[in-house]
Amino acid sequence: MIQGIPITHFLVVSVIMFFVGIMGFIIRQNLITILLSVELILNAVVLNFLVFNRYLFPHHLQGQFFGLFIIGVAAAEASMAIALIINIYRRMRHIDPDKIREMKY
Amino acid sequence: MNILNLFIIVPLLTVVVILFSKSIKTTRVIAAIGMTIQLLLASWLMYYYLSHFGVNDLHKMIFVSDKVWFPTLNIHYAVGVDGIAVAMILLTAIVIFAGVFVSWTMENLHREFFISLIILATGVFGFFISYDLFTMLLYYELAVIPMYLLIGIWGSGPKEAHAMKLTLMLMAGSALIIAGLLGIYFNTPTIDGHHTFNMYEIARYKIPLKAQRLFFPLTFVGFGVLGALFPFHTWSPDGHASAPTAVSMLHAGVLMKLGTYGVFRVAIFLMPEAAHEMGWFFIILTATSVIYGAFGAIMQKDLKYINAYSSVSHVGMITFGLLMMNATAIDGAILQMISHGIMTALFFALIGMIYGRTHTRNVYEMGGLLRVIPFLGTMYVLAGFASLGLPGFSGFVAELNIFAGAFMHHDLFHRVATIIVISSIVVTAVYILRFVGIMLMGPIKNEEHLKLKDATWYEKLSTITLVVSMLGIGLYPVWLTNTILGSLKPIMLKILGG
Amino acid sequence: MVDFSYTVFILLIPLVVFAITGIWGGRWKPIISGLLGTFGIATIFVMSLYTAYQYFFVVHHGGPYKPIVAMNFLWLPLTEHLHIHMGIMLDPISVMMLVVVTTISLMSHWYSLGYMKGERGFARYYAFLSLFTFSMLGLVVATDLLQMFIFYELVGVSSFLLIGFYYQKPSAVAAAKKAFIVTRFADFGFLIGIFILIYYTHSFDFLQITDPNTPIFETALGKTFLGYSALSWATALIFMGAAGKSAMFPFHIWLPDAMEGPTPVSALIHAATMVVAGVFTIARLFPVYYFFTPKVLLMVGYVGGFTSLFAALIAMTQFDIKRVLAYSTLSQIGYMMVGLGVSHYGGEEGLGYMAAMFHLFTHAMFKALLFLGAGSIIHAVHSNLMQKMGGLRKYMPITHITFLIAALAISGIPPFAGFFSKDEILAAAFLHNRLLFWVEYITAGITAFYIFRLYFKVFWWKDTQYEHTPHESPWTMTVPLIILATLSATVGFVPFSKFVSSDLMPFEPETHWNLVIASVSIGLLGLALAWLLYRKENDLPDRIAKALGKLYKWTYDKFYIDEIYLFITKKIMFNIIAKSVAWFDRHIVDGFMEGVAVVTEKTSEKIKGFQSGHLQQYAFVFIASVIIIALTVLYFIGA
Repeated sequence: MIQGIPITHFLVVSVIMFFVGIMGFIIRQNLITILLSVELILNAVVLNFLVFNRYLFPHHLQGQFFGLFIIGVAAAEASMAIALIINIYRRMRHIDPDKIREMKY
Repeated sequence: MNILNLFIIVPLLTVVVILFSKSIKTTRVIAAIGMTIQLLLASWLMYYYLSHFGVNDLHKMIFVSDKVWFPTLNIHYAVGVDGIAVAMILLTAIVIFAGVFVSWTMENLHREFFISLIILATGVFGFFISYDLFTMLLYYELAVIPMYLLIGIWGSGPKEAHAMKLTLMLMAGSALIIAGLLGIYFNTPTIDGHHTFNMYEIARYKIPLKAQRLFFPLTFVGFGVLGALFPFHTWSPDGHASAPTAVSMLHAGVLMKLGTYGVFRVAIFLMPEAAHEMGWFFIILTATSVIYGAFGAIMQKDLKYINAYSSVSHVGMITFGLLMMNATAIDGAILQMISHGIMTALFFALIGMIYGRTHTRNVYEMGGLLRVIPFLGTMYVLAGFASLGLPGFSGFVAELNIFAGAFMHHDLFHRVATIIVISSIVVTAVYILRFVGIMLMGPIKNEEHLKLKDATWYEKLSTITLVVSMLGIGLYPVWLTNTILGSLKPIMLKILGG
Repeated sequence: MVDFSYTVFILLIPLVVFAITGIWGGRWKPIISGLLGTFGIATIFVMSLYTAYQYFFVVHHGGPYKPIVAMNFLWLPLTEHLHIHMGIMLDPISVMMLVVVTTISLMSHWYSLGYMKGERGFARYYAFLSLFTFSMLGLVVATDLLQMFIFYELVGVSSFLLIGFYYQKPSAVAAAKKAFIVTRFADFGFLIGIFILIYYTHSFDFLQITDPNTPIFETALGKTFLGYSALSWATALIFMGAAGKSAMFPFHIWLPDAMEGPTPVSALIHAATMVVAGVFTIARLFPVYYFFTPKVLLMVGYVGGFTSLFAALIAMTQFDIKRVLAYSTLSQIGYMMVGLGVSHYGGEEGLGYMAAMFHLFTHAMFKALLFLGAGSIIHAVHSNLMQKMGGLRKYMPITHITFLIAALAISGIPPFAGFFSKDEILAAAFLHNRLLFWVEYITAGITAFYIFRLYFKVFWWKDTQYEHTPHESPWTMTVPLIILATLSATVGFVPFSKFVSSDLMPFEPETHWNLVIASVSIGLLGLALAWLLYRKENDLPDRIAKALGKLYKWTYDKFYIDEIYLFITKKIMFNIIAKSVAWFDRHIVDGFMEGVAVVTEKTSEKIKGFQSGHLQQYAFVFIASVIIIALTVLYFIGA
């Protein structure tokens, strides 16, 4: 419980981050920004975990742990994704997901 | 250890040894040794069976052993054979033995070829020795899958398309079989909370008629696809035409018999009430197969197509005999399985050998070959005689039993159908003699053919093996019919007892 | 009791000879195969004679001649009670047939040593001859109907092999196929007949079914179909098989073509083996026909009568000498069928039966002689056609004399063999069926005419200039001719009714002198007519042929029966049925299967756009759907 800041404020921030992420994921044409959007979504979720843990079950730590996990996974995922993107860029000289169709039907 | 397991172990060992082979020469020798052992084993098994069961003895399963291998669904590895299975094993051993020698000069990817061929045979042997329905299905699939590779890689003509067609149609059949088998399984009573796949335990129990009405057609058609049941036979001409010789032999000779054997052991044996009730429909289908295949063969040009259609006709006769539900006709049907297996294998072997010399399978481009290749020509004529049911060859014995048994049926419909089926012997004579006349007799059409060489020793070995087997059954059939009739007795109790 | 079990060797020897010469014949000198075959047949000929002596004079001296089953073993169990046995049954007709078959076969073997000398495939030829003899012997000693059927098939296939012996000649191949397929079609009827019989009686053993007092036919007689009893249908169908082998109308078409085989084979087929099989079958089942299905027996007689007249008419116009003889065989077999058809049972009443068997016996001798003589002529002239012959009596005296004896025998001129048997058939017909009597009476005249037309055209007519001067055949060929001529001249004096009769009891037939005079005179009339027309070269025959116009043409073209068959097989069976089946299979059945595949492929082509691979599109659809579902759920449940 953080004095003076009600839970709704956190949740509103989290929702905005989440939908910004979703929005970015759907409409951006650049793999890097799509990756950024995914990070935003993940961070929104992490924020939720932390906030709920802090406000609802202050004596437990599962939410915190989960947050840490997600950060770890996100880091791994980002490194994998960026490695892929760099390779795609090397091969195709662009990173527009709509134009990557070599392996499709 | 159960002696029957050897029928699986020997081919598998052969496969393992072939893996280390470097050249075609060693590969084929290894394959030949393995399959000779297999043939000796099968002959020994037949001898053992004959020496232990006389005409009037109570025939029983021998070498029975039963091990649970997947307890959750109560699937067993259960092996054991009766006289019918022994006969089928002997047939398989003969055909694969001849098949190895026919492929003696298969240079291209020889190791892979022989491995696939022998794995296929392993599946067939496994199918015949086991009596747990699920294990049977497993071996059945094991036999069907290498077929795709064998045709797709070593075939001729539009081989990929034909291999695909064959495999897909057989897989569709398998799907029906799986549905049918599961249907049977879940309609068996539970022992210790388990249903059972054990064929003989199921046979002791009457599957509810409602379930039978649903699952009899499923299993019948499912196995029937492999038995080239009209109208699901169209994989057969194309598949056989594209397949390499040994594969055609094995496929028409043995694999198609898996279908009919399945029809007999699963559809009719386990669900006789439905077979009695719905038999008429399938009798129409099989009678159509018989006549239709025979007429279909008349107008073909390609030797393999001719034989494929003729197989449709002859295998139709097997299912027709099975559906007559009396001991004589079923005895005839089983004899026909063996007879047709050997006869058609001989045909395909000879077609392969002739094709290897003339480089054409179009009968109209050949003529007078009997003069240049007398041995192969004579063998072809003998195969033809066997095919048109000449006394002295196994085909006659089988057909006579089927016809006689079918004609004993008290229902007029069955007898009329029988007369229609019998009329096929005339049509068969027409096409066999027609093609023998065009291809082997008459003047030589192509000067190039004058230079052809007659059979080599391995070709002679394989054809003579097959011809001798045909004559062995045809001249003195009693030993085989006694075996089959004896083993049929308990089965007939179930089929007729209702 | 005499042990007849040695008779098994009568069957085994030719079979073994066949196997040996068939497998190894190509490896050694051809003549060895020939001698092996000939000596094999000679052995069984002696054994057959011995058997006949034992059977008629030792075991059953003075009759009644009860059947003896010399050997029987289980060959194939059909059901628990029905078993096919392979065995040897000796009764008057089978013993008689053993003698006939082995005699004619021995003559053919012997004759072929000269006739086939130097031919390619000499060993193969002898192998097939042995197989043919074996099949026919197996047929005549059969103990049950299915054994008979089995040997029917074997006879059919051996005829295929022998007729098609010159397999590089397309006409020989066609003739061989025709012979096999036509008889196979007839055998199809035979088989169904047997099955009907089995279905109702549960028996196909000759001893059981030929017992006149047997009760087993009751159910078969009770069932009727289209007004005839089931048994009638069975026996009619069995007759169909017999008609196929015996080349009765309408199955006669294979026989004239069968001359494509080597001539000694024709002799064998026409005289002793294949064609008499049908007559033998009817005789074997005679009690069944007579007691239970008399209408069918009458039909047998009519078919025989029609065929004999029909074939005799055709024989008058043919120019190929073997073809004339072939049609004459049809005609003579027709006689035998008439004899059976008009016969009653027991003693004098059963005269027809005895006469038919007697005619079979004598016919075998003189027909073999005619064919072998024709072979000798062809051997010398290198042609089958009468137009290329004439005046041969100077060059080939032995052939000439023997041929003349045979011609006299077939015309029914006493004292040659044909006279006795033919006269008895006519007597039997006269007693029981006047219509058939007149038919056969006229046929007898025609027979004498056509055979002497042949004789005069070949041996008299004109002095033809030959490229090579014809010469008499070697002794291997002439000795059989002389033997057969002696037999043809003398076998008529055998008191046949003492041995063969419908009820197995010997009897003494009456002589109908008025009939004898009538039949001899019509034979002489035909002979005289032929003498007038053909003794010296003249154009009268051509003018008569012209005057007859259409009628002559029809007869010459054999009443177009061949064309009708050709139409049925080529046009209807091949072109209409088989072609449409092939088309139907490729396009409809397979088309359906392929169609399933094509539809699957097309559908997937159409719907694969849904799975675009655009990640963002997926995400959008996913989230939009989640939102929509969430809202819907909230709207319906949450509220």
